[in-house]
Amino acid sequence: MTGPADIIFYLLAAMTVGAAILVAILPNIVYSAIALLFSFAGVAGLYVYLSADFLAATQVLIYVGGILILILFAVFLSNRISDVKISNPSRFHWQAAFICLGLFGILSYTAVSTAFPVKAVLSYQPTTSEIGELLMTRYLLPFEVASVLLLAALIGAAMLSRPDGGRGRPAEMEEPKR
Amino acid sequence: MLTEFATVLVFIVLGAVTVTLMLFVSRLLQPRNPTPVKLSTYECGEVPFGSSWVQFNIRFYVIALIFIIFDVEVALLYPWAVVFQKLGLLAFVEAFIFIVILLAGLAYLWKEGDLDWVRTMQEAPARKGEK
Amino acid sequence: MNPLFDIAVSVARIAVFFAFVFGLVVVMTWVERKGAAYIQDRRGPNRASIMGVTLFGMFHPLADALKFLFKEDFIPDGAHRLFYQLAPMFALAPAILTMAVVPFGPPVTIAGKQVALHIADLNVGILYLFAVSGMAVYGIVLAGWSSNSKYPLLGGLRSSAQMISYEVSMGLSVVGILMVFQSVQLSAIVRGQGELLFGILPRWGVFVQPLGFILFVTALYAEANRTPFDLPEGESELVAGYHTEYASFKFSMFMMAEYIHLVVGAAVLATLFFGGWQFPYLGDSGFAFPGGISVAVPAWAVFLLRIGSFVGKTLFFCWLYVWVRWTIPRFRYDQVMRLGWKVMLPLALANIFVTGIVLLLIDRGGF
Repeated sequence: MTGPADIIFYLLAAMTVGAAILVAILPNIVYSAIALLFSFAGVAGLYVYLSADFLAATQVLIYVGGILILILFAVFLSNRISDVKISNPSRFHWQAAFICLGLFGILSYTAVSTAFPVKAVLSYQPTTSEIGELLMTRYLLPFEVASVLLLAALIGAAMLSRPDGGRGRPAEMEEPKR
Repeated sequence: MLTEFATVLVFIVLGAVTVTLMLFVSRLLQPRNPTPVKLSTYECGEVPFGSSWVQFNIRFYVIALIFIIFDVEVALLYPWAVVFQKLGLLAFVEAFIFIVILLAGLAYLWKEGDLDWVRTMQEAPARKGEK
Repeated sequence: MNPLFDIAVSVARIAVFFAFVFGLVVVMTWVERKGAAYIQDRRGPNRASIMGVTLFGMFHPLADALKFLFKEDFIPDGAHRLFYQLAPMFALAPAILTMAVVPFGPPVTIAGKQVALHIADLNVGILYLFAVSGMAVYGIVLAGWSSNSKYPLLGGLRSSAQMISYEVSMGLSVVGILMVFQSVQLSAIVRGQGELLFGILPRWGVFVQPLGFILFVTALYAEANRTPFDLPEGESELVAGYHTEYASFKFSMFMMAEYIHLVVGAAVLATLFFGGWQFPYLGDSGFAFPGGISVAVPAWAVFLLRIGSFVGKTLFFCWLYVWVRWTIPRFRYDQVMRLGWKVMLPLALANIFVTGIVLLLIDRGGF
């Protein structure tokens, strides 16, 4: 692979990182959400380069089509959106810097010290059925545990949405008794 | 495979260029003479009252949350569906367990009324008496 | 490998399918109005003429397009200026992107090379389709929110909640198809539908997945915000829904996005459940009917029949939208949500189970 493929790769990487930085520094949270969209899309593009077609599509399907919508809903539904005055303030600069540097150190150490299995020749093969087989055999336990996790998330979501913190019936409004 | 995705990339660029170009061309052609009344938002002819960026029903948010969870389920089921015929009964049982666990969640939401869009103010026992 | 040849082929494929979809979009706007008129026993558009030729009002879409271009476009007071302008782009761009994976014809041999009639034959075609069409929600949410007006906000929220609700059922209704044809690649699914079922019926998705088909069609109509699911723009309650505050060309971009979704949706419906470009009983070299009768057909005729079959199916489902629109009344919003979560979702899951059991039985029984 030479030429255009490489250039596109670097453009994608730049888009991913650039958009991620924008997410962190933009003052208006709606702008951040839209920047996040481009970051997610960039990551999907990088997955394509890793020959992970299924992951790339799923990334767009779930992160862009699901989680980001949820974030937008959360932003739009929250109370104070009308004063567009900075809903993304930054505080605790020093503590945050300390933690971030620590995390950065750990992550980069891991990245450098891990011996990644590198294939000599990249073969772009369809991955969906392979993933399916692995999920059904070798990674069966994580697959089933994932459903339990999703169940917990489902119930948690329902609980959180109740006004009294989950002790009563779901939020009431609209129709009074006939 | 990479060429196919490259075509998609070309298509993405094409889509972006098309929409931008369309807006640009229309911008060049259209007249512009705004008046205060023209610029006001539509509210059945009345003078707009207050901002519309108000807090909204949380139920939309709950629907989005539930949606994500089932979306993940769909994404996990696709690879399974593709290899289903190859693996046979084993895969069927495995996915059965997977789906049943999530169905339990759905049943819970159903019973608790999180899936109802319009709810009466009455408590559950009283509702029974109504029927 | 001649790169120039490949590029030429790619460009040609994009141009052909783009023209097909856009042409159909233009025609659809006419069909919608004319169809409505015929169903309601009136004349419909019939005035626009070029040098006295009216051609059943076929020039109305053209006039509409020109009118949209020359109309004044303004940003209402209090709207969020950036997102107000971005929203139509976010609506139209995903609609255009969905075209990329629909196979519109059989592979042909040009200058000794196999060329697939497909803009991009992704290995994960179906997932791509869902992922990209899921992005259409952004246009609607942003339009509704950025207008800073009550009706668009209500319409945008309703619409997006409805779309994501039916996206789940739509995704699950296709799982059965994947189980039968063992692929997420659209071209492979179409190829799988070329065989015969019990030696009589074509092995089309609609015959192996009848319930899946019904669920998919319902979800498709809900996703496209079409009647009976057109709550987001229910005129009597929400004026025009999320695009109430839009005028001129930005409004037409929303309309274009909507119609592209319709056309691509019809094409996907034909591809997944009606064999795509497969013509019943037509093999590569000619017809082979169940009774053992076979009729030889020249290769060019086979090709034309197949393309025609795809176009015909797509046109039929396009017409079906119009037909349904003027036949079925609108749901109430709580009914829409109930149908999505309490009927469609359990049915889609049940469909997966039944498909699984039947496939296992077939595997055991060996027929």
